[in-house]
Amino acid sequence: MLLAVLFGFIVAILLLPLGKISKGKPSVLLSLLPLSLFVYFLSYIPAVQEKAQIFQYRWIPSLDIHFSFHLDGLALLFCLLITGIGTLVFFYSSEYLKRQNHLDRFWGYLSFFMASMLGLVLSDNIITLFVFWELTSISSFFLIGYQNGNPKARTAAMTALSITGLGGLFLLVGLLLIGSVGQSYSIIELTQQSDLLKTDAAYIYIIILIFIGAFTKSAQFPFHFWLPEAMQAPTPVSTYLHSATMVKAGIYLLARFTPMLGDTMEWTYTLTIVGGITMVYAGIQSLLRTDLKSILAYTTIAALGIIVFLLGIGHEDAWVAAVVFILAHALYKATLFLMTGAIDYSTGTRDTTKIRGLAPYMWPIAVAGILAALSHGGIPPTFGFVGKDLIYEATLHADHFSKWLTAAAIFTNVCLVFAGLMVGLTPFIGKKPESLTVLKRPGVRLWLPTILLGLSCLILGLFPNWVDHSIIQGAVQSILGTNAQAEVHLHLWHGFNTVLALSGLTLAIGIGLYSFYRPTHSVENSLKLWEKISPHSAYHSCLSLGHWIATKYTALLQNGYLRYYLLSILLFLIGLFGFEFFSSVNLDFDTSDFSSISFYEATIALIMLGSILTVVHANSRLVAVVALGVVGYSLSLFFMDFGAPDLAMTQFAIDTLTVVLFVLVLYRLPKYLQYSNTSARIRDGVISLCFGGLITLLALAIIQEPINTETSQFYVDNAYLLAKGKNIVNVILVDYRGVDTLGEITVITIAAIGVYGLLHLTIRNKKKELPKQQ
Amino acid sequence: MKSLILRTASHYLLPLLLLFSMFILFRGHYLPGGGFLGGLVAAIALVLHYFAYGMNNARRLLVYHPGTLLPFGLSLSFLAGIIPLFAGYPFMTGLWYPDPAPVIGMLGTALLFDLGVYFVVIGVTLLIIFTLAETSENPWN
Repeated sequence: MLLAVLFGFIVAILLLPLGKISKGKPSVLLSLLPLSLFVYFLSYIPAVQEKAQIFQYRWIPSLDIHFSFHLDGLALLFCLLITGIGTLVFFYSSEYLKRQNHLDRFWGYLSFFMASMLGLVLSDNIITLFVFWELTSISSFFLIGYQNGNPKARTAAMTALSITGLGGLFLLVGLLLIGSVGQSYSIIELTQQSDLLKTDAAYIYIIILIFIGAFTKSAQFPFHFWLPEAMQAPTPVSTYLHSATMVKAGIYLLARFTPMLGDTMEWTYTLTIVGGITMVYAGIQSLLRTDLKSILAYTTIAALGIIVFLLGIGHEDAWVAAVVFILAHALYKATLFLMTGAIDYSTGTRDTTKIRGLAPYMWPIAVAGILAALSHGGIPPTFGFVGKDLIYEATLHADHFSKWLTAAAIFTNVCLVFAGLMVGLTPFIGKKPESLTVLKRPGVRLWLPTILLGLSCLILGLFPNWVDHSIIQGAVQSILGTNAQAEVHLHLWHGFNTVLALSGLTLAIGIGLYSFYRPTHSVENSLKLWEKISPHSAYHSCLSLGHWIATKYTALLQNGYLRYYLLSILLFLIGLFGFEFFSSVNLDFDTSDFSSISFYEATIALIMLGSILTVVHANSRLVAVVALGVVGYSLSLFFMDFGAPDLAMTQFAIDTLTVVLFVLVLYRLPKYLQYSNTSARIRDGVISLCFGGLITLLALAIIQEPINTETSQFYVDNAYLLAKGKNIVNVILVDYRGVDTLGEITVITIAAIGVYGLLHLTIRNKKKELPKQQ
Repeated sequence: MKSLILRTASHYLLPLLLLFSMFILFRGHYLPGGGFLGGLVAAIALVLHYFAYGMNNARRLLVYHPGTLLPFGLSLSFLAGIIPLFAGYPFMTGLWYPDPAPVIGMLGTALLFDLGVYFVVIGVTLLIIFTLAETSENPWN
């Protein structure tokens, strides 16, 4: 199981050295990766029906973080969607993205995403769940920005990352809160402590944080705007990430946490209201769009809204409806996306006002599109119809406000009927306009996955009993928890009842709307007026405010003058130290047990004072530098005098090198010094004296504290016994604190590379400038 | 500033200083010294050579670009950290060869680690000083 999850990461890393292969024909073989995983997960269906499978791999036992994978019905449903649709998307992309740049990266990101998504739905440990959650956000960022030459794609990638990343931070805090209240990081264990979590004072914060995480990921209002923007990604990516799998991660999280945190008023009301607003709002938006992918983006948001809404209604019927709808939506929406990609591939446009009569040029795509449109609208005998009936069943049986909920569901479904026909049917019927040219026909790798998915919408509609026991029931059981036994039977035909009447009503209004109304560019353009008050523009205002603050603040503090940097650091320290000192440290020092000052110490101190005066009054830089060197050497004499030869030697060597460095730098400075004026000197002098005084006080205060010798005594006792060294300083450096030293030498290496890079940049720039001057 | 005195002196001082730096490195485990200090002394010796003979000579003497010492030293230190893993101990456990070697003293992973520090320090110091020296017009080049 661990291998199955990590397989995608391994392939992604292997693509680094073997990237060349993935750019050519063999790239189609990459679809064997999701296919093998799909078969692997299929083989678990009988076992999972019996009981959930658990796989434990230790990772960081000291922090209670493990790779513990929990394959139950819900996880299995998502795994099958991820790998199944993944297979088709991989296969499809190998033709769709033929001859694009950086294909190796694309395959890497896609495998990386698939593995992260699998890890997310399988994790039982909430910390690893969070890690995988973030990895999906990151791979989504790279995939949206795959066409990195396009500024729109870059902005869209940034928007998606900032929104989902921000939500991820909230989620992390929420998960940590759950962990600290429930005293465990395992979802299974936490679910057993459901009552403890629900009655805890932190419950309300926990669910708010979890909701923000889930709503940003699953594009719920008001965080929905990143999803339509993310349609800048190549179409197979939109299919896979932004409709079938990744955006359902939030849904997955809500469903997974329902037995743990759900079934309270706050939980059900929030989900119903947010889901309801999202589905109605996105439904309206989808009526007004003309771009195929734009319509699909808004219907995806509407569908995600429906699922959140159903999870919120919170009884078994609603959960069955939610699970069926997750599957139905993934199948028909993926079909429609792949179909859109094929149309875009062959005609170069996605504008619904232009595309007509394409059926003769791509009949398999047309068949798939129409089947998916039927499923999208919930028209029998497709799987979408089964799903929609269940939705009405759920809203009618809701405990409160069932009429209003049903009305909202009907409204959204009317929009879905219209949008489905608009996307899946309109492009293929009628007569092809002259302006539309079919540049190339979609090849087998484009139409085969599309028609397979399209047919699945029909077949599952005709035979819903193929999935009800094997997959749906297990997933519903996971949401129900262990208290009740789920029993799911799906039928295409329920007989004549209210639900059927509502279905008929929805269809009639939807088809009626379709026959009279078409979205136009002018309607779409008028929407732009509304965007000023949308959450999207609020996001952009926040972003530009952040940029503005950063610019001002950088100009103030990072102004490029070393002396001001030093000044601001010192002033800050003086403020901080000074405040702390005069507010909480007893400044009445006991100096009685200080040893008297020896002749040597007095001499060294005098030398230091003399050289400092020389530095301050020096007429040239060279004199100042040399005098500073004298201060350093005197300091090392002090160390020597107090019995720290290691320190003294190191200080001596360092000071020598510092003087050498200074002298080399001197030649880069302007020849004629412009000495600072008197007022600046007085200011600097006052600040230096304050800082020096504070450090002296600090040293005195430290001496007053009783010293804890336990640690140093340990080193003294054990240096030779454990580390075979007599020089304790060195033993600490290379043995006791060896990892610190390893970190330090890495840091100075990085610093040296930085200096090298900066200076060589100026050399190269100078070389470029020279010919111009001549 | 190609002074004859400096040249002659540095001619004899260079090997002495380099040997001294190694002496400091190896005695570090028992007496004041160690990789950091040894590296600094070695770097100072080479900087002295550069002052006396100029950049080209100093680079020729070093054979390798000082930058290459950085990954070399880092890998030595890291290697010293992971060797114990193969013997079944945690990362960075000090392992020692039971018998002392002549001149050097006890052999162990800590010494290898210190050797890495020694090379990194030489590399960092020389990389910074040589780069600065090359980018500035000064009389020693």
